[in-house]
Amino acid sequence: MRSQNNFMEVTFKAISINEAFARICVSGFCVQLNPTVDEINDIKTAVSEAVTNCVVHAYPKHNGMVVLRCEIEGDNVKIVIQDKGVGIKDISKAREPFFTTKPDDERSGMGFSVMESFMDRVEVEKNEDKGITVTMYKRINNLQEQVNNA
Amino acid sequence: MQIKSKVYNNTLYVLLCGELDEHSAIHTRITLDNVFAGGDFNQIIIDLSELEFMDSTGIGVLIGRYKKMKDRNIPIYICNPSKQAEKIFKMTGLYDIMPKIV
Repeated sequence: MRSQNNFMEVTFKAISINEAFARICVSGFCVQLNPTVDEINDIKTAVSEAVTNCVVHAYPKHNGMVVLRCEIEGDNVKIVIQDKGVGIKDISKAREPFFTTKPDDERSGMGFSVMESFMDRVEVEKNEDKGITVTMYKRINNLQEQVNNA
Repeated sequence: MQIKSKVYNNTLYVLLCGELDEHSAIHTRITLDNVFAGGDFNQIIIDLSELEFMDSTGIGVLIGRYKKMKDRNIPIYICNPSKQAEKIFKMTGLYDIMPKIV
């Protein structure tokens, strides 16, 4: 049975303890798609990367908020993670593997690469006013259908 | 994040339990550095079987520890990564410096 279209939105402070909250929030919402454990873990990893970027880079004074939206349409999940922070100077440079503005903090510079590798598609855009919006898409291959087709 | 460790036959075994992300990274770094500082061992094995979650923050933490141990000529090995951790390790080439053992 196909899932009903659905939507959720939460706003939380851009602090590191909320990374786990964001992961659990999205994975809890996506359960209605009947995903495999691997699919859920892929999504959790990608969400964690995007929220970590907000926590580490968007707000140098640690005083901002993150908006997390999740939309289900058919078998597809769309996840939006948005901040109103300092933004990214050169988005295509930031998306390159191993690029980091904070190498001294033991940062790997692999955030966007991990998002791209765990999701089907990732878009990174500057907001009109301030900050960045990351939009990620993933198709969930319904577990029950996989069992039926096996 | 809970970190358990023991030395056996000149090997330091480290078990990471919990979640490794930006929130737990500082605690993980400090604890690992303390564990690595003491004891009588000539290699380190990091067991990830109890690691419930890791994102790319984990790569930064592991490479940082690798650099410190390289100065002491002590190799670090990884075992039992999750499917997601394995994917991140392969993407970043981590296994080139911290080989996976079974």
